[in-house]
Amino acid sequence: MKKESSEDIEYNLTGSETDHPISATDATAPKSKWYKRIRKGITTDTADKKETPEGLWNKCPDCNFITTTQDLKENLFVCPKCNYHHRIGSDEYFETLFDNNEYEELCDNIRSIDFLHFTDLKPYQKRLDEIHAKTDLKDSMRIGVGKVNDELLVVACMDFQFIGGSLGSVMGEKFCRAIDYCIEHKLPFMCISKSGGARMMESAFSLMQLPKTSGKLSQLSDAQLPYISLLTDPTFGGISASFGMLGDLNIAEPGALIGFAGPRVIKETIKRDLPEGFQTSEFLLEHGFLDFIIDRKLLKDKIHQLILLFKG
Amino acid sequence: MPQYPNRQFLDFEQPIKVLFEEIEKLKQTAEKSKIDLSDSIVKLENAIIEKRREITISLTPWQRVQLSRHPDRPYTLKYINNMCTNFVELHGDRNIKDDKAIVGGFAQLGGETVMIIGQQKGANTKLRQIRNFGMANPEGYRKALRLMKLAEKFNKPIVTLVDTPGAYPGLEAEERGQGEAIARNIYEMIRLKVPVIVVIIGEGASGGALGIGVGDKVLMMENTWYTVISPESCSSILWRSWDKKEEAAKQLKLTADDMKGFGLVDEIVPEPLGGAHWDYDEAANILKDYIINSIAEFKSSDHQTRINNRIEKFGKMGFWEEMLTEETETK
Repeated sequence: MKKESSEDIEYNLTGSETDHPISATDATAPKSKWYKRIRKGITTDTADKKETPEGLWNKCPDCNFITTTQDLKENLFVCPKCNYHHRIGSDEYFETLFDNNEYEELCDNIRSIDFLHFTDLKPYQKRLDEIHAKTDLKDSMRIGVGKVNDELLVVACMDFQFIGGSLGSVMGEKFCRAIDYCIEHKLPFMCISKSGGARMMESAFSLMQLPKTSGKLSQLSDAQLPYISLLTDPTFGGISASFGMLGDLNIAEPGALIGFAGPRVIKETIKRDLPEGFQTSEFLLEHGFLDFIIDRKLLKDKIHQLILLFKG
Repeated sequence: MPQYPNRQFLDFEQPIKVLFEEIEKLKQTAEKSKIDLSDSIVKLENAIIEKRREITISLTPWQRVQLSRHPDRPYTLKYINNMCTNFVELHGDRNIKDDKAIVGGFAQLGGETVMIIGQQKGANTKLRQIRNFGMANPEGYRKALRLMKLAEKFNKPIVTLVDTPGAYPGLEAEERGQGEAIARNIYEMIRLKVPVIVVIIGEGASGGALGIGVGDKVLMMENTWYTVISPESCSSILWRSWDKKEEAAKQLKLTADDMKGFGLVDEIVPEPLGGAHWDYDEAANILKDYIINSIAEFKSSDHQTRINNRIEKFGKMGFWEEMLTEETETK
């Protein structure tokens, strides 16, 4: 089921309702199996029955294991049974990485605008406003500066909920400003990617974020400051064709789908089924494009360890 | 270039085809009846030129896309042969294989040695397959980078000709790191110590184009397009239908005029009336002058200035709204 639902990477870029695994429980799941009725004849009236709050329970899309969202959260949104890494947002990553969840957010005052007056099924500006209203996010990337086991780190993190984490002008600009901050304060930089690719509603402007961010990365490189690129599920298109793959270290979460072209497009092109495990982190590691795969629970300590190694 | 009756016509070029057919008929009549019809033929020939002009004036964005893919349109090697002398093609990425969707090598252009690289499409069915429709694999981008580094080593300017419907979305391409190959090229190109002139000569599709498309100056030929996705794919993703390609082409603002207007490309190179497929020599001659002038423009500055300017130029691209910090605080 997981593989089926993540097949159409491009669909996420439409900015339509996406199935966010954290907040949405699977409506089609047979709920009758959750509890076994011990005694016959329950006497509560239907009207008095308590509604289960939405999102209280969570089913793993990979192994169908059911946990409470609270338990899942304590396990950093990793399935306790099969180690499936749920998709999480910048809030959760910042909480995972920064000591006591303390961090300063940089340049959160820039927002996307519909400069091109792009209208597909909906005007772009309307999409932006709706998603902002729904998620409270201003765009698909947030920058946090905080301490990771007492070591300062600048983290740029994508939010997949915001038009599929798509790369637009704002992400490009924030990414560059985050690097400027790193250069100014001599800090290491980390980017957590989770994106379907470029934001089509920004057309060529979105494409030009590739050279824009790459150029800025070369300045970070000249300043001899490390850049760690963490790829999470999913990372596609323009991200993998630019800063996603340009880390001094490229690392990934287990089981993440990472690639240039989406699986659906490849399948339609070659007219063959794709091999199992194609475009997963494990596949990329095997083909030499990742330094290592890291479990979310070990991420913080590993990053800390790396910062010390770069420093020492 | 192909002459009538081997010429191919797009749907909106059909009126021209009709004129050609009339000329052909007149010629046959003249031959049979031995009557001099050259006046009428000249009239029709002028009518063809007039028609080419008419078409050019009212081209829609989608028609520009069609022209960029015209089956008779000149491809990279045509331009190289028409613009340059002493071209020596160099093959292979020194790693996997030689990707035939990208060609490149040293050549003389306007009296000096340049490295010229571009995506190559095939002119017939068999060649199209060999060239993979101008869709490069990672080894193609790595070959291009190898050649660019070679040019840098010997301090020769680089010219790239972009004409691709996209980087190839294949299984092996992913295995060999299509994303990484393009990312590496973009990163390295922005730091190249020699002048880099980029020309969109046909299709400029997304990352596949950018993989050889970062330079001091980016030129766009008149009837080309350059954006983040092809209008067809954009239609299928955003409109959930393949039928909105015209609308997508319009919305994407992908023409040379749009791109120049946005400051995302630097100059537009005019084409022969009605498109480059009407006259290969003329198209190549116009382009040659633009490239020579562009190289001259950047040759004199030192390489660090050029690199900084490149980073700065691309760094400015984008649009956003910036709220004053005080305002956000009061909110």
